[in-house]
Amino acid sequence: MSSIIRVSHISKQFKEIKAVDDLSFRVEEGDVYGFLGQNGAGKSTTIRMLLTLVSPTSGDIEIFGKRLSGHRKDILQQVGAVIEKPDLYRYLSAYDNLAIFAKLSGIRPERDTLMKQLDMVGLAERANSKVKTFSQGMKQRLGIAVALVHDPRLIILDEPTNGLDPQGIADIRSLLIRLSREMGKTLLVSSHLLSEIELVANRILIIDKGRKVVEGSATELLDPSRTIVQVETTDNTAARNKLVTTGWAACLQESSATLRLQMNKADIPVLTSDLVGLGISVQSIQPRHSLEDYFLSLTTPNIHVDTVTN
Amino acid sequence: MIDPKKYFCSLSLLLSLACCVRGQDVTALVQQVRNKLDQVNDYEAAGKMKTNVSFLKVPVASVTVYYKKPGKLKIKNEKGFSFIPRGAVNINMSNILNSGSFTVLDAGADKIGNTIVKVVKLLPDNDNADVVLSTLYIDEARLLVLKAKTTTRDNGSYELEMNYGKYAQYGLPDKVIFSFNTREYKLPKGVTFDFADGTEKNPADKVKNKKEKGKAEIDIKSYDINKGVLDAVFQ
Amino acid sequence: MWTLLQIELFKIFRKPRTYLAFAIIAAFVFLIQLGLLVNGRDWMKFMMGSLDEMMDIEYSKLINGYAVCYFVLNLLLVHVPILVALVAGDIVSGEASMGTLRLLAAKPVSRTQIILAKYFATGAYVFALLVWIAVISLVVSLAAFGANDLVVAKEKYYLQVEASDVLWRYFSAFGFAFIAMMVVAAISLLLSTLSENSIGPIVATVGIIIVCTLVSEMEIPIYQKYIKPYLFTTYMLGWKGFFYIGSDAENQTIKGSVENLPAILRSIAALLAYIILLVSASVYIFRKKDILS
Repeated sequence: MSSIIRVSHISKQFKEIKAVDDLSFRVEEGDVYGFLGQNGAGKSTTIRMLLTLVSPTSGDIEIFGKRLSGHRKDILQQVGAVIEKPDLYRYLSAYDNLAIFAKLSGIRPERDTLMKQLDMVGLAERANSKVKTFSQGMKQRLGIAVALVHDPRLIILDEPTNGLDPQGIADIRSLLIRLSREMGKTLLVSSHLLSEIELVANRILIIDKGRKVVEGSATELLDPSRTIVQVETTDNTAARNKLVTTGWAACLQESSATLRLQMNKADIPVLTSDLVGLGISVQSIQPRHSLEDYFLSLTTPNIHVDTVTN
Repeated sequence: MIDPKKYFCSLSLLLSLACCVRGQDVTALVQQVRNKLDQVNDYEAAGKMKTNVSFLKVPVASVTVYYKKPGKLKIKNEKGFSFIPRGAVNINMSNILNSGSFTVLDAGADKIGNTIVKVVKLLPDNDNADVVLSTLYIDEARLLVLKAKTTTRDNGSYELEMNYGKYAQYGLPDKVIFSFNTREYKLPKGVTFDFADGTEKNPADKVKNKKEKGKAEIDIKSYDINKGVLDAVFQ
Repeated sequence: MWTLLQIELFKIFRKPRTYLAFAIIAAFVFLIQLGLLVNGRDWMKFMMGSLDEMMDIEYSKLINGYAVCYFVLNLLLVHVPILVALVAGDIVSGEASMGTLRLLAAKPVSRTQIILAKYFATGAYVFALLVWIAVISLVVSLAAFGANDLVVAKEKYYLQVEASDVLWRYFSAFGFAFIAMMVVAAISLLLSTLSENSIGPIVATVGIIIVCTLVSEMEIPIYQKYIKPYLFTTYMLGWKGFFYIGSDAENQTIKGSVENLPAILRSIAALLAYIILLVSASVYIFRKKDILS
C-alpha cells in the first residue's frame, strides 16, 4: 500500500499565532482518514496547505508520492475538495457551477455526465436553478458533486456535515462510505465531532493547538481492551489511595479530580466488586473508549491524556 | 519746434481740401465702377476659402458665394462646416457702393503692386449708418477696385484686397483677401479639459497680440453670372 | 489559459452587475443626445463663446453626430473608470467574499494564470463597454444628428477636423481609452487581490482616481513639476490628442495629422508601463497570498 498523503513536520505561523506546529501524518491508499480537532485546532489550515491555498512556514508535503510544491498541477488534477462551507457562484445554476469546476479540473464532460453527477447528489431536478435559491444541505451536496466531478483519486472534505440536518448528515455519511467502499477513493475528512468520524473513518488523527495529539487506526483507538473507566465515589482521593495498594494500581490514570482506569471493558464487574470490597462508596462507573477520552480531554482542560501513537 | 504729428495732420487736411476740388471726377469714377458692377444682378461662385485666424485652426474649405441684388451675399460651405467672418458680406464691392448715399472724396493716388490706383473715400450721408468710412483703391484704367478699407461703428474695420482675372469685365475678382479685427479669445480650462502633457509649444504666444488681424482668402474658380439665385439661399 | 479566460468571461457576463454599467451608459448617453437634440444650439453657442460675435456660425452643421459623440466622450470617459472599477474591483475580492476563491485556487491552474485570466477577462469587459459607448454615442449620434466636420474647442483655440478625417480619430481615441481604462482595471485588480470584500477595492480605486485627477489638474508648480509626470491621470486624457489636428504656420489644418503625436505616444508608453507594473504586482501578491477566506 502506498502513501497517498505524507505530511512531514509542517508548521504554519500567522504573525504571532502558530496555527499548525510540527505536524506529521500519512494517509494510505483507500483510507477514510478522520481528521479531528476542535474549531481552531488547525484542521482547516492543514487542509488548506494540502490544497496549496496556504503555504507552510516549514515542513514538507507529498501527495501521490510527489512533492506538492513541485507538482502542484499534476497533484491537484487528482484531488477533489470541499473546503469548509460549500461556497459556489450564487448567481449561476447548479449545472453551470459544476461545468465550470469540471473545466477548471481539466476535463470537459458531456452534459449527460454532469447530469449524472447532479443526480448522484439528488440535484438533477434543480440543475438549472441558481445556487442562491438552494438550502444549506443542497449547497453541501452540490459542493460534493463539484469535488467529485473530475473523478479524483483523493477527496478532501473539510467539515462536510456542517450546518446539515440529521438526514443530511446521514446522507453524507452513506455517500462517504460508498465513495470509499464501492469506488475505492481515498478520503480525508475533517470534523470537530467524533461521532461523525468514528462511523466512517478507518484511521484517525486528533490535533489540538496545531499539534498532533493522537493518530492511529480506528480499531486500535476504539479497542475495548483499552477502555477508560471513570469512577465517581463519595471520596475520590480516599478511593485512589486504597486502589494503589491493589492490583488495579497499574490501570490507574493520573488525575487530580477524577478517578480513571484504563482496562478491559469486560473487567468492569470485577472492578465493581473490588471497590465495594474495599469499602468504597461508588456513585457511578462510566466506560469510555480511549478515542472519546482523548477527544474529550481536549475540551476538558483538567483531564490529562497520554499520547498514544502508532 | 514743430510737432511732426500736427504737421502731418495739417498737411493731410490741406490735401483733402485740395482733393475735394476734384470730387466731381472721383464721383464719376465711382459711378463708372458702380455701373460696371451693376451689370451683375446675381451670381453663384465656386471657390476655396482659406481662413487664417490665430485661434482658429481650420481646413481650406470649398465654398460657394451667392450674391443677389440688392446687397444679399452669402458664403456657404455646401459640404462641410465653415466659420464665416461676420462682415464678409462686404466682399462684394457692389454691396459697399450701393449701401446708401455717400459723399465721395478724392484722397489722391497710391500704388498697389505695379498699378497706380486712385484712392477714394466714401463718407455715408447717414450719420447713423454702421459704416463710418470706406476707402477704395481704384484702378482707373480697368475700373476695378483693387483694395477697400471699411471702418464700421460696431463691427471694427475690414480690409479687402482683390485680384482680377477673367471676370474683370463684370468687376468680379478671382481672389479676395478679407482682413478683419479679432478679439482675444479664451475658454475656461474647466470647460475644455485639454489634454496636455506639458511638452506642447505654448499656443498662447500666438494670440497674445489682441490687435491681431484675421484673414479669409477666397479664391474663386468660376462665376455663374445672372442665372438667377433663389432668395431661400440667403435665409 | 484559454479555458480559464472563457470561464472568467462567462462569470463576468452572467453577473447582473456587469449589465448595470451598460444600462447606465445607455441612459447617460441617451439623456445627452436628447438634451442636445432640444438645446444643442444653446450649448454650442456657449462653447463658441465670443467667437459667435466674430464669426457667422452655421450651428445646424456644427451640432452633428461627431460633435455629439465628442461631447459625450468628454463627459463620459471621466466616469467610465467607476464602471470599470465596479467589475475589476470585484474580480478577486468578490470571489474571496463569496468563498469561491479557495475552490478556484485549489484547482490545477496556476495562480498567475488565474490573475492574468481575470485581468484579460476584465479587458474584454472594458472592450465591450467601449464598443457599447462607441455604438450608442457615435453610431446613434451619427444616425440622429448626421455627419459633418468636427470642431473641437481647446482653451486657447478651436480646431476643425473635416468629416472625412474624423472616423479614424475616433477609432484611435477609443483604442487609447481602452489602454487608459486598463490602467484603472489594473489598479482595481491589485486592490482586489489585497482585499476580501468588493466594496473596498471599488471605493479605493475611485478615490485614487479622484485624488490623482485633482493633483494632475491643480496648477501648483511643485505638483506640476514633480508629481504630475508620474500620475497616470495625467495621461488619461490622451485620447483627446487624436482630435487635436496638426496645422501649418497659417493656421490651416493638415488632414490626417495630429498636433502632438509624441505626447500621445509617451502617454501610451506611460500607461502601458503602469499596466505592466500593476499587473505584475497583482500576480506577485496573489502568488504569495495565503487564501484564508
